[in-house]
Amino acid sequence: MRAGLTLIALLLLAALPARSAEIIGALSQNRVSLTANFSGSEILIFGAIRHDAPRIEDAPSYDIIITIEGPRHPVSVWRKARTLGIWTNVEAVSMASVPSFYAVATTAPMNVILDPEEDARHRISAYHAIRPAQATGAVADIDSFTEALLRLRTREGAYLRLDRWVYLDRDVLFRANVALPTNLTEGAYTTRMYLVREGAVVHQYRTAIFVRKEGLERWLHQLAFDQPLIYGILALIIALVAGWGASAAFRYIRQ
Amino acid sequence: MQIYLPIAEVSANALTLLGIGAGVGMLSGMFGVGGGFLVTPLLFFIGIPPAVAVATGVNQVVASSVSGVLAHLKRKTVDLKMGTVLLIGGLVGSGLGIWLFRLLTNLGQIDLAVQLAYVVFLGVIGLLMFQEGVRAWVRTSRPNPRRRKLHTHIWVHNLPLKMKFRTSGLYISVIPPILVGMSVGILAAIMGVGGGFIMVPAMIYLLGMPTKVVVGTSLFQIIFVAGFTTVMHAVTSHSVDILLALVLIIGGVIGAQIGTQVGMKLKAEALRVLLALLVLSVAGKIAFDLLVTPDELYSIRVVGRH
Repeated sequence: MRAGLTLIALLLLAALPARSAEIIGALSQNRVSLTANFSGSEILIFGAIRHDAPRIEDAPSYDIIITIEGPRHPVSVWRKARTLGIWTNVEAVSMASVPSFYAVATTAPMNVILDPEEDARHRISAYHAIRPAQATGAVADIDSFTEALLRLRTREGAYLRLDRWVYLDRDVLFRANVALPTNLTEGAYTTRMYLVREGAVVHQYRTAIFVRKEGLERWLHQLAFDQPLIYGILALIIALVAGWGASAAFRYIRQ
Repeated sequence: MQIYLPIAEVSANALTLLGIGAGVGMLSGMFGVGGGFLVTPLLFFIGIPPAVAVATGVNQVVASSVSGVLAHLKRKTVDLKMGTVLLIGGLVGSGLGIWLFRLLTNLGQIDLAVQLAYVVFLGVIGLLMFQEGVRAWVRTSRPNPRRRKLHTHIWVHNLPLKMKFRTSGLYISVIPPILVGMSVGILAAIMGVGGGFIMVPAMIYLLGMPTKVVVGTSLFQIIFVAGFTTVMHAVTSHSVDILLALVLIIGGVIGAQIGTQVGMKLKAEALRVLLALLVLSVAGKIAFDLLVTPDELYSIRVVGRH
């Protein structure tokens, strides 16, 4: 609630000095179904900048930053160290809420178009989106753990940095294609579009992509969590039948 | 062809999974082992979360063991009484193993425990098998093989609570089989294996059972222990992926049939040496990873999920 109010206040503040422009966006699809043959999904994000005042010559141009944030989960980051000659997990830092997926697409490199302070305020870059201040753990160098989180997530393709990925046409129309990976988790993927000018966020627009398991996947996942015993027995029966069926089938083939 | 796995929450190539199933099935057909000790590390390797790999590996073991035990029942090479005694120990061990698995997962040490268990058990068993296999190979090459004693009496045979096992031709205490069953049950839960590769040598060398009933009896009790473990994993950690198991099983049963045919063409002693080398190389690879400085010291674990 408080965060919401702060956000509204910030939005108003950000909108006041530059009333002239707004950003409006849409998605090619706002529903992604995880079915058995799901192999990633490409989302087209598009929209326009609405200029209320006529465009002044030599005025600084607009830039756009789009972020897609997957459902947040608590995570722990472990660090290995050598104990008795073996590499084992020794120290851990836990973070209560970290996005499972995070993509930042921009029209130009972030450090060129956005002030670091604005970045921190709106939590735009992945570094701010993971909220490094929330990390807790009995270690001397918490920063190296949050850095490792970013590095690992980036390497596995869960955190994407797509510089110059958004195509802005005549300061009005924009579009970007973002490929969602194959290892998506269920939930709402908040998509934020920021209109940026002279390093500051002028306006923002928010929408969401809903990722949901469908069909067999949904049924199995629900069964596994709601009726684990029945699910376990089902797994067992499938294995028993498959084992028996296989030997019966091959006996039949051989005859 | 990609297939999205609902519990692992990753999408994997169905052909790769079929291939893993078939490859492991082939080996299990050739050597008469469940192949869990290969499936689980291979699943780690292609990016399935370790907990899902372990739980699903156990499920796959059920299927391959059923296939095998049916053939053995027909040949009457299953000691049901011994199997039941081993099973009692196995279920207790599996329960303990599940509890340990939960505990280690929460401590962040499950990967280490699984890897260490692999190195120690595969290493020791591999060495024993290798040595025994080479010796047997040499023996069969000699013109006048020395006759072995029917069975040797060791300390195991002096314990109380003796029982008659007719099919095996044994009159021994039930304590050693229960202990053997228990330790295999613990391993089944932690390592995602059926434990055949430990059970078989233990039955031969510790219990002194005749070789011909060993494989069938071991498979018989593995079905129940692995089945119980599957259900327990499903209930305690929701980590059994039915779809993943199904694809592995389909590959596995086809591979097993091919493997059985190939196995019949090879010399038994040569097979044993080959299996030993395979086991040793898996152990060696995992040990190498534990000892060498890793490229990445950090790892992420999503709390509350696997």
